[in-house]
Amino acid sequence: MSNYLLSLLTWVPVLCGVVLLIVRDRRPDLLRWITLLTAIAMFVVNISMWPMMDHANPGLQFVEHLSWGGPIHTAYALGVDGIAYAMTLLVTFGTMLVVAGSWGSISYKLHQYMACIMIMEGLMIGCFSATDALLFYVFFEGMLIPMFLLIGVWGGPRRIYAALKFFIYTFCGSILLLVSLIYLYTKAGTFDIRALAALPLSMTEQTWLFFAFLVAFAIKIPMVPVHTWLPDAHVEAPTGASVDLAMIMLKIGGYGMVRFMLPIAPDASAEYAWLIIVLSLVAVVYIGYVALVQEDMKRVMAYSSVAHMGFVTLGIFVAVALVHEGGSADTALLGMQGAMVQMLSHGFISGAMFTCVGMLYDRLHTRMIKDYGGVMNVMPWFGFFYVLFAMANSGLPGTSGFVGEFMVILASFAVSPWVALFAAITLVTGAAYTLWMVKRVLWGEIGNAHVAAMKDINLREAAVLAAFAGAVMVAGVWPRPFIDLMDASVSQLVHQIASPKI
Amino acid sequence: MELSTSILLTIALAPLAGCFLAGFLGRVIGRAGAHTVTILGVAASCGLSFYVLYQLVLGGAAVYNHNVYTWLDVGQISLSVGFLVDRLTAMMMVVVTLVSLLVHVYTIGYMADDDGYQRFFSYISLFTFSMLMLVMSNNFMQLFFGWEAVGLVSYLLIGFWARRPTATFASLKAFLINRVGDFGFVLGVAAVLYFLGSLDYATVFAAAPSLAGKTLAISQNVHWDAATVIAVLLFIGAMGKSAQVPLHVWLPDSMEGPTPISALIHAATMVTAGIFMVARMSPIYELSPAALSFVMVIGATGALFTGLIGIVQNDIKRVVAYSTLSQLGYMTVALGVSAYAGAVFHLMTHAFFKALLFLGAGSVIIAMHHEQDMRYMGGLRKYMPVTWITMWVGALALCGVPFFAGFYSKDSIIEAVGESHRWGAGYAYFCVMAGVFVTALYTFRQMYLTFHGKERFTVAAHHGHGAHDDHGHHAPGVLAHPPKESPWVVTLPLVLLAIPSLAVGYFTIGPVLFGDWFGGAIHVEEGGNVLAELGREFHGSLAMALHGFTQLPFFLVLAAFAITTYIYLFKPALAGRIKKAFLPLYTLLDRKYWVDEVYYAVFAKGGVALGRLFAKRGDGKLIDGALVNGSAGLVRRTAAGMRQLQSGYLYHYAFAMIFGLVLLLGGYWLFGR
Repeated sequence: MSNYLLSLLTWVPVLCGVVLLIVRDRRPDLLRWITLLTAIAMFVVNISMWPMMDHANPGLQFVEHLSWGGPIHTAYALGVDGIAYAMTLLVTFGTMLVVAGSWGSISYKLHQYMACIMIMEGLMIGCFSATDALLFYVFFEGMLIPMFLLIGVWGGPRRIYAALKFFIYTFCGSILLLVSLIYLYTKAGTFDIRALAALPLSMTEQTWLFFAFLVAFAIKIPMVPVHTWLPDAHVEAPTGASVDLAMIMLKIGGYGMVRFMLPIAPDASAEYAWLIIVLSLVAVVYIGYVALVQEDMKRVMAYSSVAHMGFVTLGIFVAVALVHEGGSADTALLGMQGAMVQMLSHGFISGAMFTCVGMLYDRLHTRMIKDYGGVMNVMPWFGFFYVLFAMANSGLPGTSGFVGEFMVILASFAVSPWVALFAAITLVTGAAYTLWMVKRVLWGEIGNAHVAAMKDINLREAAVLAAFAGAVMVAGVWPRPFIDLMDASVSQLVHQIASPKI
Repeated sequence: MELSTSILLTIALAPLAGCFLAGFLGRVIGRAGAHTVTILGVAASCGLSFYVLYQLVLGGAAVYNHNVYTWLDVGQISLSVGFLVDRLTAMMMVVVTLVSLLVHVYTIGYMADDDGYQRFFSYISLFTFSMLMLVMSNNFMQLFFGWEAVGLVSYLLIGFWARRPTATFASLKAFLINRVGDFGFVLGVAAVLYFLGSLDYATVFAAAPSLAGKTLAISQNVHWDAATVIAVLLFIGAMGKSAQVPLHVWLPDSMEGPTPISALIHAATMVTAGIFMVARMSPIYELSPAALSFVMVIGATGALFTGLIGIVQNDIKRVVAYSTLSQLGYMTVALGVSAYAGAVFHLMTHAFFKALLFLGAGSVIIAMHHEQDMRYMGGLRKYMPVTWITMWVGALALCGVPFFAGFYSKDSIIEAVGESHRWGAGYAYFCVMAGVFVTALYTFRQMYLTFHGKERFTVAAHHGHGAHDDHGHHAPGVLAHPPKESPWVVTLPLVLLAIPSLAVGYFTIGPVLFGDWFGGAIHVEEGGNVLAELGREFHGSLAMALHGFTQLPFFLVLAAFAITTYIYLFKPALAGRIKKAFLPLYTLLDRKYWVDEVYYAVFAKGGVALGRLFAKRGDGKLIDGALVNGSAGLVRRTAAGMRQLQSGYLYHYAFAMIFGLVLLLGGYWLFGR
């Protein structure tokens, strides 16, 4: 049974989605419960795999392999290492809370909405657990469709522009990914990712591949300067889609970097590490200022995502640079682990923050900061969670937001004190844009009559936020289990980039 | 013999338990329940802290240094949560929990009418937990946790009355300025890990001597001394938390918070975290005389120049706040001359008398129905004798009158600075000496304006009970009821703080300052050990106090006493005339050297302007305008051009075919052959 768990996690949500489409929205409550129970079941199955994971084994586990048997040597091959497994956890955890969170906020074509969410869950798990590059690509592209629909159908007034921008932007990147994968196939004769990683490649080949992967994944993460699709997509997207997007989909960019870019083109990665480090620092500093002046809560959080994901790319390439310069392997490991923890943490925090914004939106139907004020006076429990997540977003120790940033800053000092200096500016800017928003939304006199009429969160909403809060706090107070889970795979990765191919 | 882990855990976690109970179950357990559980938690913590101190000092217990759990392991780098409890820690634990306990009791009276009663107790217990985690830490990571957690609670408490725009502004300001300090601090921690390979205190301090001679490459030709870089970066953190110039501007504004927390957080404990941190890091600071000079000059500047601002303040709490800034400067100067024990000693005495002064000011504020302007007070001594007498004890301790606690600690610092030959010591000596006069000036002025002289308030004619709850709606200086002494929950903490403010210096200076009390906790290089030199001239507390009557600081206090007595008791009009005569100087002080205005214009306004510029030009015009929509536009325009070719008219196509054919054949005829 445990041999098919990944397939189960991939296809049951898709099946659930198909069933929802067939059942239609005759009995909305039943439909919600079916979706929620499926999502919870997926999370339970997923988390129960944790004790079965062999922490010492850096390789793939829960492996499934089924050859298509056609003229192309590709296979239905699934399997997870520590990193991929952690990412799947983010998917099932997030989807469960998305379903619970958008309980009452969607009334238009509810069944299709829930179907999109569930099908996307399956595709995202498939993406993280695919060990065949072509299969990865299929999932990678496939998940664009439900997201495109979520934004385009349930989005705000400019949803068509946002959905198209999102789709074309990311599609531009994926085309280059496909071309690279085809080229690698012609060299290796297989799409097996481990075989591709072992392929000897010249520097020229690596450089071309590096930049092709960079475009594909940089758009997904997103890195400056290809980030502008994200604020538009978030602003127009319904809450659930925003949470999915910020919490999970962005991580596929970071995951793609460690899964494809570094192992396949290690020498080119080392050669151009400075470029990514510079772009990441731009993301941290420049975007910090841009986020400060946004007037829409979702735009603040979207820019905040870009800045925080900057720490992911910074951590990864600080590690690459350190390995390349013959620096301390432990420090490199620290940077790489920091990047991975930052991905998880950003998942929890951004998911929570977007859910919070959604709860405000459900009540007042506006996301503009100026339409609020003094919300704490009418929604104290909501305020408690909002402040907690805002503090986590500012990187307060004791929350998950601190762990990754701290590790990456520590590691980046070894590359250059200047890198650490610019990275550490996030302590000020991150707190500034987050807490200034909190000040204008939560504190002060009650802003207007609409705010005065707002009701505090109900039990369901409290449960959703409490689940997020639990994740944020556990990962902040005791990050060790997450680190240990990924340790073997991250060590192997660092070892891999330390062995040049030329 | 060994300290027990479970006792230490109880000390740290009991206030946290109180915080959770009061915070999450506040409505269930009610007001009395909330203050009972939090006071029980802190009392347990306090009692056990005394027990730990007793064990370390008299019980012969060894220094405790163990990890509680592993936070994370990456390769050889291991970060843990754990406790290091030596005498330095134990002293801090006692000060923190004792002041916290008294403030908890005091709060029952001060916050009696407040809607956020349970929330307030929850916060101050959370603060106590955070502060204990900070002082008990055995590594930099946990130190930083406590460091930021106290900052969080400070943020929440300054903005406690969140409906006031000034309060939420002050809380945001405090948090962000502290973050500027933390920015330096984090880099300092990163440098420690980079050079010494660990964040564990014991390992780092043992390896610290290896820093000598190491440098950090800033650019190809510039190399900075590693120890200096680490020490200065860590100190930048202390400058934020301990409100040192130029990061001091948040502390006066923090007075927006309720008075109990001004006493606990913004006077007695949290703001001294930076002092504690530098004392704890003495093995690193001792490696860099340059960094110590930097520390000294910053401290000296704060000690004098922020004190001067205190002279012109009219808000009773702000006087005490500027006094706190000035006294933190004294502690910092002491650090700068390697008199770490002197700094920590002053930290302790200051915690008692400054908490006393703040709580006394709070008692006055209750009596005055939340009027804080001293211009509408005067003559309060006959209404509230306990507050009056206890505050005088605090005031004399602050001024450093011999036999009072503040005398022993402050005089030792002044003497230590006088002994020091470090670069900048001359300037520092002038500042701390002049600061004595300034301190006495604003302190006596405050006491006279508040408790002595004529009453400058009137009591409104009795107009029924309807006027009961409209505090603040009266004209300034008009009270609904005559002022009266505060209830016992308020006065008891005042009395209990007055005792150590009077006596703690006399009984502890010998062992703490001159008896190698801190042992291995504080490391001072031979040659710079100014306290050891002072110790050779020390012949007991009594002799020191008697000697103090013949020294310059005492005469400065006397002079200030004479001047303020003359002005505020006999010639109140003179104050106004002096103000007019020195108007530019008065304006300079009244506007606090315009530091706030400059910061607001440059950093707040400037940051927003920069953000607007980036958002509009960078994201809007360049990326979205030129690149994204630009490339979409290019496609559209190209397509529009191409579309012209597909006109659908047969003769267009026929013409194109003929044209192409001619071109092809012509080309072949010209070049092909």
